[in-house]
Amino acid sequence: MTKICSVEKKIRSEGKDLILCDETRSELLPILRRVQDRKGYISDKDMQEIADRLGIHPVEVYSVVTFYSFLNYEKQGSTVIRVSNCISNLLAGSKKVLREFEKELKIKSGQTTKDKKITLKETSCIGMCDKAPAIMVNDKLVGNVTPKKVQQVIKGIRNGK
Amino acid sequence: MENKRKGPVVFSEIKSIDALKEALRIGRVGVLDVVRDSNLKGRGGAGFPAGVKWNLAASANDDKKYIVCNADEGEPGTFKDRVLLTEYTRLIFEGMIIAAYAIGAKKGFIYLRGEYRSIFPHLVNTMAEMRKENLLGDGILKNKDFSFDIEVRLGFGAYVCGEETALIESLEGNRGEPRNRPPFPVYTGYNGHPTVVNNVETLANIPHIILKGVKWFKSIGTEKSSGSKIISVSGDCKKPGVYEVPFGTTVKSILKIAAASDTKAVQVGGASGVCLPKSQFDRKIGFEDISTGGSIIIFNSKRDMLDAADNFLHFFQEESCGQCTPCREGIPVLIEGLELLKRGECDKKYLDDLLSLAETMQLASKCGLGQSAPNMFVSVVDNFKSEYKLSKNTRKENLFHG
Ligand SMILES: Cc1cc2nc3c(=O)[nH]c(=O)nc-3n(C[C@H](O)[C@H](O)[C@H](O)COP(=O)(O)O)c2cc1C
Ligand code: SF4
Ligand code: FES
Repeated sequence: MTKICSVEKKIRSEGKDLILCDETRSELLPILRRVQDRKGYISDKDMQEIADRLGIHPVEVYSVVTFYSFLNYEKQGSTVIRVSNCISNLLAGSKKVLREFEKELKIKSGQTTKDKKITLKETSCIGMCDKAPAIMVNDKLVGNVTPKKVQQVIKGIRNGK
Repeated sequence: MENKRKGPVVFSEIKSIDALKEALRIGRVGVLDVVRDSNLKGRGGAGFPAGVKWNLAASANDDKKYIVCNADEGEPGTFKDRVLLTEYTRLIFEGMIIAAYAIGAKKGFIYLRGEYRSIFPHLVNTMAEMRKENLLGDGILKNKDFSFDIEVRLGFGAYVCGEETALIESLEGNRGEPRNRPPFPVYTGYNGHPTVVNNVETLANIPHIILKGVKWFKSIGTEKSSGSKIISVSGDCKKPGVYEVPFGTTVKSILKIAAASDTKAVQVGGASGVCLPKSQFDRKIGFEDISTGGSIIIFNSKRDMLDAADNFLHFFQEESCGQCTPCREGIPVLIEGLELLKRGECDKKYLDDLLSLAETMQLASKCGLGQSAPNMFVSVVDNFKSEYKLSKNTRKENLFHG
């Protein structure tokens, strides 16, 4: 059951038919982002705490976290590599790039390296269609990543660049 | 601002903030009239007249109104908003400020897709500059009764959040699931208040129109599609990139601009658009012919169009919010059907069933994602018959008759 937060109470008392608490609930995604930025993922305990703060049920927070592919409820490597599997990348040979990453990191797409440093994922179009094959390294967009450049990218990450 | 790019409208020369001054001079009603008369249609894909949206929001009686810049750009093959946000930042903000002034909004949002987070600091810094210049914040350009500010909100990798009602759900802190429309956001948008959602490019057009006038704007493009379209070209060509072309430009001339050769097919409008064979390269970009959010993907003769369709269908399967049945259940059936087609195991009867399923999805899905998910499948079946062979054996089981 949804707890009613103070803002919503106020709105209800003014007779406005709003389902959720006005400004408060809308802060949910920015809050989740801050938590994830700090820890890399959002734990069950975090969800509980956030829910308490916003006066909503933890399940609601959970349902939001699981909806968005860039929100994680599981621990990730400190760097997340996302290889775009969109059409432009496919045309430019992104499958080979993904395979090269899998080979070099010795993991499959969706997994994290043993040392917990790097997680490899796939994603849709990242808006770098003119520089395909393109990948994301955490928030950074990197274009023209041919299979040959894969080693270089990994080295860069391992050296903390 | 140094202007490296060249184009008829958005990429044409303009002095920053002159349009805002002009807007304040002609007043709210003046701005609303200009935008309506300009026939500027939304550049995000749907092509709804911006003037109508603005006028509805302006006449709504509410002390809280919002303007949202849709920077969720998720359509495969589209990256023009990335370029606009990076290189024409102040122009977009100026468009938003003018919109806010016209409809009476005090607050605006930019909904920036998570993939573009690297642009976030640049947007925030530009806003800080503009606050110092009294272009954002309280009493803009010394107008006591005009205050407006913008907040940048980040998305988290959900394509469907580009749909305006899903975007609003996301802003409110919910799962990005589209709502039924009507009611439209101009009546009940963010937290129930009137909200105008416009694409980045639509807003970038505004300062030019305000400053250079309706007559100038309408002289560009075609009768039904005024102005220009910024296109994102990628795929098999020598010069992929962002170009601004007047409406009415043919696919053929775009191929020339992009230095493409040996082209077999052009996908216009991204995964949700249509796939044109060579015989249709004379068709024109515009609302009366092929309407597009700007994605142009070029395929050369070596490409397998069934593979392309397969990629798009998997994209939609991944991105569907799963709320409604035609979309959620239809996409996997089309994927399977495509697999049969590839293997030459699909017969005429079953293909007809698949096409009527596609039609059902187009008609009965709740939002544009499900409505357009089958487009590529239908395009390939219709336009690229030589790429698949139908089976002569009729399958025992079929879609609709058990
Ligand atoms: C699945 C889906 C995704 C969409 N993605 C975007 C998008 O990324 N950017 C955008 O401006 N419009 C997108 N739209 C269209 C918006 O719903 C809306 O029509 C548009 O933002 C309105 O702005 P405009 O009138 O200026 O084009 C999308 C629509 C659908 C159905
Ligand atoms: S059409 Fe698809 S994406 Fe749109 S509401 Fe239905 S299930 Fe969700
Ligand atoms: S289609 Fe691949 S990055 Fe856009």
